[in-house]
Amino acid sequence: MNFLSKRRRHAAARPLLLLLALLVVGVGYSVVSPQQTSADTDMSQQVEEGKALFNVSCSSCHGLNGEGTTQGPSLIGVGTASVNFQVATGRMPAARPEAQIPARTPLYSAEQVNALAAYISTWGAGVESPKESQYSPEGLSAEEIARGGALFRANCSACHGIVGGGGALPGGKYAPSLLETANIHVWEAMRTGPQQMPVFSKDVISDDDAREIIGYLNEAHSQPTFGGLGMGENGPVSEGFWVFIFGIGGLALIATWIAKKGARAR
Amino acid sequence: MMAKPTIITESSPALEAEEAPVTKKSPVAGPLGWADDRLGLAKLGRGNLRKVFPDHWSFLLGEVALYSFVILLLTGVFLTIWYKPSMAEIEYAGSYQLMKGIPMSEALSSTLNISFDVRGGLLVRQIHHWAALLFVAAAFVHMLRVFFTGAFRKPREVNWLIGVGLLSMSLIAGFAGYSLPDDLLSGTGLRFVDGLIRSIPIIGTWAEFFVFGGQFPGDIIIPRLYMVHILLVPGLLLGLISAHLALVVYHKHTQYPGPGRTENNVVGYPLFPVYMAKAGGFFFVVFGLLVLMGGLFQINPVWLYGPYDPAKITAGSQPDWYMGFVEGAIRIVPNWETHIWGTTWSWNVFVPGLGMMGLLFGLLAAWPFVEAWLTGDKREHHVLDRPRNVPTRTALGVAGITAFSLFMIGGGNDIIATRFRLDLNAITLFLRVAVFVLPVIAFLITRRVCIGLQRADKERVLHGSESGIISRAPDGGYSEPHLPISVDEQYTLTSHLQHAVLEAGPTADENGIRIKQKVSPLRARLSRWFLEHDAAKPTAAELEEAASHGVGGVREIEAAEARALEESSNR
Repeated sequence: MNFLSKRRRHAAARPLLLLLALLVVGVGYSVVSPQQTSADTDMSQQVEEGKALFNVSCSSCHGLNGEGTTQGPSLIGVGTASVNFQVATGRMPAARPEAQIPARTPLYSAEQVNALAAYISTWGAGVESPKESQYSPEGLSAEEIARGGALFRANCSACHGIVGGGGALPGGKYAPSLLETANIHVWEAMRTGPQQMPVFSKDVISDDDAREIIGYLNEAHSQPTFGGLGMGENGPVSEGFWVFIFGIGGLALIATWIAKKGARAR
Repeated sequence: MMAKPTIITESSPALEAEEAPVTKKSPVAGPLGWADDRLGLAKLGRGNLRKVFPDHWSFLLGEVALYSFVILLLTGVFLTIWYKPSMAEIEYAGSYQLMKGIPMSEALSSTLNISFDVRGGLLVRQIHHWAALLFVAAAFVHMLRVFFTGAFRKPREVNWLIGVGLLSMSLIAGFAGYSLPDDLLSGTGLRFVDGLIRSIPIIGTWAEFFVFGGQFPGDIIIPRLYMVHILLVPGLLLGLISAHLALVVYHKHTQYPGPGRTENNVVGYPLFPVYMAKAGGFFFVVFGLLVLMGGLFQINPVWLYGPYDPAKITAGSQPDWYMGFVEGAIRIVPNWETHIWGTTWSWNVFVPGLGMMGLLFGLLAAWPFVEAWLTGDKREHHVLDRPRNVPTRTALGVAGITAFSLFMIGGGNDIIATRFRLDLNAITLFLRVAVFVLPVIAFLITRRVCIGLQRADKERVLHGSESGIISRAPDGGYSEPHLPISVDEQYTLTSHLQHAVLEAGPTADENGIRIKQKVSPLRARLSRWFLEHDAAKPTAAELEEAASHGVGGVREIEAAEARALEESSNR
């Protein structure tokens, strides 16, 4: 005590006290005040980053606040699943307005996609991007995968073709091929209904059904083409084409050879 | 007591002892002799084995169809051993994982078993399907050959009609077979035919119930189609093919024009041994090609399509190629429908669907008689036309092929839209106009090409072939002398008939009394349309005149060569 009381008039005492008081108040505030986690600071950064990307690449069609214009629909409440599907498959940002925006090599990395999704979600929540357990076909039995095939034929093949090879729709639109589509994007497309596709909500196709369909697609696309080369795999159209090329064409050549051969007298 | 007295002879060959012949007998002579004694084959074979057939590759197209049919019978027998024509529902328990536990008809289940569990089953199934496509394709192409060469003319009109019957039967056989697996694709095809049947005015619904034994799809159509596919239509096909071939033997084969070939002979090789070897070998070539296709190229993967269910449909559903023109006609026709007193008249299905098939087979069946009517030709023809020598017929054929192909493109419009990134509606709109316009353009172009070829023939006959030597005259002009062609080639190019245009007959006789016109003005007008474009073939007078200076052409060449020789030696 003597040590302190002796020096209370010291020139440095007041500044030191002030520092001490600031320290106490600071520490005290940090204990009492609402917790601001590091994640939150990251999120706000992510939103900022997303906003920057959005303003550059999306706002000219979707509006500065995602309200939509004549060129693009409103993005309010579309949800992160929709943003992830559109941007991660390269459909958005679109190169030009056309009957249907095709999938391309994605322009943005996964982090940038998440940033965009985070920013767009600030206007209103929608369908969230799925967790892996929702779409991964891990652990499905053979019967469940076969059932996925029945579900696919009942709900999807009318547009996407029998094993998802794609099909034509009116006016230059089309149901794209699913041969290269990632599992998560199949799930997101079902839930969000991008472009011409109707929404298949959880009430219609449960997550388990969705997993079975995805499992069926993976299985159907990884099995060998039984019976030989697919020859374009356009069903009877390519079969008819080849029967004229190989069948009639080949046999006509051989017939010419046979007819040219005279008989040799012995 | 009327019995004849026994004839007594001094000696008879039967009584005289004969030495055994010393010549070596062929090892097959014994069995052949045995068979001949009982069946009399030698007498039958004597004439027919030496029957002469002319050589040309296009005469083998019909054989392709025949051999495909034989291969269809062989592979079909194998398939019937395993296939179950039943629509009873069972759970699939075979080895194809992606259908495990799926309810399906026994028909599809047994088809999957053939594909995955029967040894060699998938190969035979694929050979059978490829052979079916080839059968119809070869029949079409064979028919086109007969059409373009005029082989349907008298006396072969009946055989042409049998051919038209064969063609229609082959379409039915193909369609019935397409429907048997009872997968989603074949069921969709059945639904298409169901729609066709129902589109028949008044009796449509009744006819549907008659065919399907109740409402579509019912549970009886597969057994019925099975009967049609393995018994009824093959039986009819066999009978018609026999008649078709018997008539070929009776009429003798036609031949292309050429030196030594007339309406009264056939120039070629005898059936035995030359054609036996050629045709027999060709059978194995066809069989081999089909086995290769069946082994290497996937066809109709029923396991992907899954069981048929009237509530399901898949994008990219098409019929096999030979029904594509009907499918296309239905796809591109506008949505015309009439409602009268509570009945629906579905023109959009009835007219293109049944109309297309009626039009195709009606036109085909009528053509030999229409052409004879247009030309007034009642002669027999065994020498074929070169297609250029009948420009209007050839042009009509090409117009028909154009229309058929355009309708077929319509049948695959969705595949074309996705593969070539085109607008489905744009294709439909294009085809709606094109099926009327393009055949006319094809007709005009083909006729023009034929006339051009006729004129080129005439030029060749009269002025010979180009020698390839350009000579320069002293005054600076260039000319190319021509070499005369052989008499054989001249004959080939000029032996065809050219019909005179029919003129409308008089309406009154010399006494002014009205008589029935032999040739009506309409017939005369159509005859003019059919015949007047022929470029007249050279007359005998023209030929003689050409011959007199044709030799000069050769002299010119000789002179040019001599000059060239002289110049080179001068250097």
